[in-house]
Amino acid sequence: MKIGVPREIHEGEQRVATTPDVVSQLIKLGFSVAVEKDAGVGASISNEAYEAAGCEVLASAKDVWSHADLILKVRAPEGGEESLLRPDQTLICFLGPGQNPELLEQLTRTGGTAMSMDSVPRISRAQKMDALSSMANIAGYRAIVEAAQHFGRFFTGQITAAGNIPPAKVLVIGAGVAGLSAIGSARSMGAIVRAFDTRPEVKEQVESMDADFLMLEFEDEDGSGEGGYAKVMSDEFIKAEMALFAEQAKEVDIIITTALIPGRPAPLLVTAEMVGLMKDGSVIVDLAAETGGNCELTEAGKVVVKHGVSIIGYTDLPSRLAAQSSQLYATNLRHLVAELCPEKNGEIVVDMEDEVIRGATVCTGGETTWPPPPPTLSAAPKQAEPEPAPVVVKKKPSVFGPIAAVVIAVVALLGLGAVAPPSFMAHFTVFVLACFVGYMVIWNVSPALHTPLMSVTNAISSIIVIGALLQISSADKVIMWIATATVLITSINIAGGFAVTRRMLEMFRK
Amino acid sequence: MNTQGLFVLPDGVVTVSYIIATVLFILALGGLSNQETARRGNWYGIFGMAIALLATVFGRITENYDLLIVALLIGGTIGIILARRVQMTQMPELVAVLHSLVGLAAVAVGFASFMDPDKHFIGVDLTIHDIETYLGILIGAVTFSGSIIAFGKLSGRMSGKPLTLPGRHWFNLALLIAAIWFGREFVMQSAAGGGLNPLIIMTAIALLFGIHMVMAIGGADMPVVVSMLNSYSGWAAAATGFMLSNDLLIVTGALVGSSGAILSYIMCRAMNRKFLAVIAGGFGTGGGAVAASTGEDQGEVVAIEAHEVAALLADAKEVMIIPGYGMAVAQAQHTVHEITRVLRDKKINVRFGIHPVAGRMPGHMNVLLAEARVPYDIVFEMDEVNDDFPKVDVSVVIGANDIVNPSAQTDPDSPIAGMPVLECWKGKMTIILKRSMATGYAGVQNPLFFKENSRMLFGDAKDTLDEVFKAL
Repeated sequence: MKIGVPREIHEGEQRVATTPDVVSQLIKLGFSVAVEKDAGVGASISNEAYEAAGCEVLASAKDVWSHADLILKVRAPEGGEESLLRPDQTLICFLGPGQNPELLEQLTRTGGTAMSMDSVPRISRAQKMDALSSMANIAGYRAIVEAAQHFGRFFTGQITAAGNIPPAKVLVIGAGVAGLSAIGSARSMGAIVRAFDTRPEVKEQVESMDADFLMLEFEDEDGSGEGGYAKVMSDEFIKAEMALFAEQAKEVDIIITTALIPGRPAPLLVTAEMVGLMKDGSVIVDLAAETGGNCELTEAGKVVVKHGVSIIGYTDLPSRLAAQSSQLYATNLRHLVAELCPEKNGEIVVDMEDEVIRGATVCTGGETTWPPPPPTLSAAPKQAEPEPAPVVVKKKPSVFGPIAAVVIAVVALLGLGAVAPPSFMAHFTVFVLACFVGYMVIWNVSPALHTPLMSVTNAISSIIVIGALLQISSADKVIMWIATATVLITSINIAGGFAVTRRMLEMFRK
Repeated sequence: MNTQGLFVLPDGVVTVSYIIATVLFILALGGLSNQETARRGNWYGIFGMAIALLATVFGRITENYDLLIVALLIGGTIGIILARRVQMTQMPELVAVLHSLVGLAAVAVGFASFMDPDKHFIGVDLTIHDIETYLGILIGAVTFSGSIIAFGKLSGRMSGKPLTLPGRHWFNLALLIAAIWFGREFVMQSAAGGGLNPLIIMTAIALLFGIHMVMAIGGADMPVVVSMLNSYSGWAAAATGFMLSNDLLIVTGALVGSSGAILSYIMCRAMNRKFLAVIAGGFGTGGGAVAASTGEDQGEVVAIEAHEVAALLADAKEVMIIPGYGMAVAQAQHTVHEITRVLRDKKINVRFGIHPVAGRMPGHMNVLLAEARVPYDIVFEMDEVNDDFPKVDVSVVIGANDIVNPSAQTDPDSPIAGMPVLECWKGKMTIILKRSMATGYAGVQNPLFFKENSRMLFGDAKDTLDEVFKAL
């Protein structure tokens, strides 16, 4: 089967759906691969690099579409591409079936199969195909780079001979993949980072990245929706949230907003008024610009300066890091192709029983298969019901057991004392004392030396040889030979035990 | 006692020598509290043994020096050869063999003492002496046969699976009752001048008991078994000491006995098991089915390649290596050390986290790492490092399973619930080296493998680590 990768024709799109590395892996799966000439130029991948990886370079998009059985793309088809799909052909790219119903209809009409990377269900098995997360990660990073570009100061704090430089303060709203990536990037540039999210469970993740998590005192509202996204919050919550943002706006230098709710316009989080509260020279990067923006003043695809604040509304942040995003996206695609090709024979099977493939497939054989049935397993499983607080029924250790044991032991000892002769009791005293000495000494032994401890105790327990020595002079021949044999085996033990202990201890070195 | 020997030390000198030997033995054990003093401790032990032997030879022995010297030389040579040749991975086997020898010696000394025509006990003294002899032989025989079986299991000559006979507890009980009954017979017949037959029958019973007991214990409970047999060998020596009215034997036996008992206790605590439950054997037969049924779809494991592991390690700041029995099996400790050395040269903080029951005997992992010349000051006990995992960038689990199983903490129904485990999943990334997806000894699925920050590196630990090393 031939995989075809046309050049992206969307304006400004720099990414490409495969890289030479991925090409060689696809070839291993049994496919042949063809790319359109100059497809990788935006991501700094030359035609020669593709050819070196075993890829065919075709002169035009038409050639690619007509020769290939499986088309890999980044952006949804446009400008006539949508009608090129053949019934026996499969297309994989970002389609946004929810946002583009007409496109979906057109594709359905072609009778071909289309799979959308943004419809891959967010279950743990599909993480390696989760292109949205890959792209969000890059967008988060790039958002900080863009912010740094427009921010006229250092991110990190410094004390120099020419005066103190305070560190920049960054507020990240929405601690999803993009948010966390932005937090990490801003932290590593030295900024003070705060993050807000309606889902309390991300607090730990935020704090693990060394950022402060801003909490709203709303005990009973949890913003976790299905599929790891946030859901729409109540009015009261939003009011409190806005108050918090307004207060933060006065303080912070940079705001990164990443709040998205699937299938809806982005929630408005930063009002014009708040922008006015911000210091001159501050920066807002709005990662939700494409769906209307989290900031009231965002203009999609542009950088505008309002109230002295640069508001960045780029919608193509991943494309601005084209080499990186092409690499990740191509790898995501490769994983999906590998899922489609379980036999590794270069043939794809669209198995509609498979949850991941079913989820991604938006149309096939002239039928629209979107939206898929809800996933059975969510990435962040919603707690089905508040678990009953585990009642720890810790049995109190009965005090009677030990007491009874002590009493029995004492009685037994007294009984023994009553009948045993004094010579025995003298030995018995020694025995009990020795047990206690042993107890005290052994607890001090370092656990690392437990093996040497065993071998050395082994050697010294062969002190039993004394018994044999006492018997070896016996006139009775049987006893003499038994004793000789005993001396022999115990001396194995003595020599072996001490020698092996010594050998082990020699090995322990700093 | 005749006086035909070379020259005979006065009794007082012998006694003082024994006291000195006792003190030296205590110092020998005390020296093991840390690595610096341990070597000196071993010398104390050797001196103690030499003094005790010399005092006995020159103070007690009257004849047959030739036999004695020949036996000592042969035995000593065998011992030294064994000690030189043994691989560190085979230490548990060697220790088991040595235990069996102590048990055998106790049996032999007991029989010889019983047959000694010179003994002159009457009345209560005789009864007590008989009981002491009987106990000495009993414990010695159990130690002997138990250690032989333990050796067989540890060296792979026997299956490590627990043998679970139906009604095995009743079988044990019957053996115990029989042993007591024959003990009574023996004391009564001995008073009348006989008693050899009950003694032999009892020895057979004890041997059978030792075999059955260890057969019923599974492979990973071996640390408990080995330390328990260590304890028994001590008690056998102590019982022999009572029999011979020799305080040196009593003290030494008691020291060794309590040492082994404490080790057994530590091992049991590390597995959150009751000592009796381990001894009763057959672990994994009860809870296993429950565990299997809860092992539902836990998600998917993510495999990783050796060169990716190398890259992860090279980029980390804090690395924790968690070795298990699998490392010993694969003989991977030297490669582990090579990797450690490279990483430490890159100023990466590499540490080892050792679970108390990792391996087949207490301290097994420490010895293996020491053999591979891993400096002991980067090898830590579980309790020392468990709080540090959130700061660890990469944990590498080598051939371990149950000791890193989070369900010990999260799943109260798990057969290993409550067992202390190394909390490597709290680190940023865990790499697990494993041959396959098989469950560990306890038969429990390990949710660690399915965690988001876990990666599996499949294959023989030595081969895969060699690849990692090359990639570094």
